Amino acid sequence: MIRLADVSKTYGTGSAALSNISFDIDKGEFVFLMGPSGSGKTTLLRLMIKDMDASTGSIIVNNTDVTNLSKSKIPQLRKLIGVVFQDLKMLMDRTIYENIALPLEMAGASKEETSARIQAILKQVGIEDHADKYPIQLSGGELQRAAIARALVFSPEILLADEPTGNLDNTTSWEIVKLLQDINKHGTTVVMATHNMEVIDSLKKRTIALEKGKLMHDSKKSEGHHAHAKNNLAKPEEAPLSEEAEVKGEKDENS
Amino acid sequence: MKTLSTAWKHMRRSPYQSLAAVMIMMLTFLVISIFTLLIVSSSQIISYFESSPKVTAFFKEDTKQESIDALASQLKSSGKVSEVTFVSKSEAFKRYSNWNKDNPVLLDLVNADVLPASLEISTHKIEDLDSVAKVLHGSSDVSDVVFLKDVVSTLITWTDAVRKIGLALVVILLIVSVFVMATIIGFKISQRREEIEIMRLLSATNWYIRWPFLLEGMFYGVMGAFFGWLFMFGLTLYAKPFLLGFMRDIPLITLSPAFLFLLLLVEIILAILLGIVASFTAVLRYLK
Repeated sequence: MIRLADVSKTYGTGSAALSNISFDIDKGEFVFLMGPSGSGKTTLLRLMIKDMDASTGSIIVNNTDVTNLSKSKIPQLRKLIGVVFQDLKMLMDRTIYENIALPLEMAGASKEETSARIQAILKQVGIEDHADKYPIQLSGGELQRAAIARALVFSPEILLADEPTGNLDNTTSWEIVKLLQDINKHGTTVVMATHNMEVIDSLKKRTIALEKGKLMHDSKKSEGHHAHAKNNLAKPEEAPLSEEAEVKGEKDENS
Repeated sequence: MKTLSTAWKHMRRSPYQSLAAVMIMMLTFLVISIFTLLIVSSSQIISYFESSPKVTAFFKEDTKQESIDALASQLKSSGKVSEVTFVSKSEAFKRYSNWNKDNPVLLDLVNADVLPASLEISTHKIEDLDSVAKVLHGSSDVSDVVFLKDVVSTLITWTDAVRKIGLALVVILLIVSVFVMATIIGFKISQRREEIEIMRLLSATNWYIRWPFLLEGMFYGVMGAFFGWLFMFGLTLYAKPFLLGFMRDIPLITLSPAFLFLLLLVEIILAILLGIVASFTAVLRYLK
């Protein structure tokens, strides 16, 4: 389903965001992409949807060679992959309904199709009563659900979620993780970037760990290495992250 | 439909920029309309005079009918004359009454005795008017000769100048309006950069993003053309009674509704093209 072979990303300044990353993700898998802020998780997800180009290596998503994909074919690729962005990327001047309807409108869906699909998807993520509200009127968890709903609107085979629990309290984080698990149970391949060790440890799913742009371990290949990598990852964040620290971390990663 | 409503939303959210774009297009099309009317009208007036080269000879009060007939025969025999029409005093008064039927004061001042009898002589070629005029001047019965050749050549010079100035002004205004519109649309694209970026990440094609901006440009063009034309239409309605009286029997196609609506149609097509050029310039510049 997803195959990365020797993928590297070096920015114009010469700093390497990713170095020789290789892994395969099978159809229907639930994979945690873990690593501290600045480890390259977001960059990796952006490469998969061709929001940026890899410097070297190849990325194959659902039999599509993303690295050599022409600009005109990018919209088709993005219909195959649902993405929950770290900063959600909701349009603040549109209602939740309009935000979720946007990808369907772009695809030329009729009003009736759009309405039926949105009702179903809002019910699935549990915010059917908030369709006519604006993003600013929703709580963090509800907004995260709205972003997941928008990512699922085309029923994609792959869902990439970038820190979907990043700014949420524990209870809400678990609700979101359960929602992603449900989506995965229906056959969608889910890749969730996170540094929330509690979630990673509890779910016992495959983990791919990054650190400073390098692949430190892939639990599918080496269970032994898993514990070492997790220890490394946990060190700077042994205590639960304060809200301030999380926000700073996001800024670092975005910069 | 969605594209249209998105374009409308773009315009509604920055009304002053939209108004500026419509007004610059309105100014351009007002100038285009006015110069088109001036050029077409003057060409028509010139061709009217050229197609019927005419000299009018007015006779003295006591001129006998035989002398007038003799002069008419002499002119006809020259072979240069296509038509000679005798206008008697009573016929002249009839014409005068017809031209001034709405002005009783002018009618009261004049009767048939005051107006002179005349001969209207048309030639085959405009160049022959000179020699005909010489013959008429030579006659002792003729009091005055009205000769339109000088008027026509002055008119040609003026029309030529109007055409050149009009063309230069229109070209400059077209360029300015395209640049102003491109700047306004480019500014709007910049304002929506984040929204556009999100749309792209959500699988929007380039054309999905471009169409509302192209429609916006076309809308500015069409609105500008319509209001520019409407302003000119109002001016022609206002000036029509005066112009009809002034031009008398010279038919002016520029005052007919059919011509004015054809002009509107052509202007709207031109406006749509301009809108596309302006918005495409902005889209290529700001939406790479």
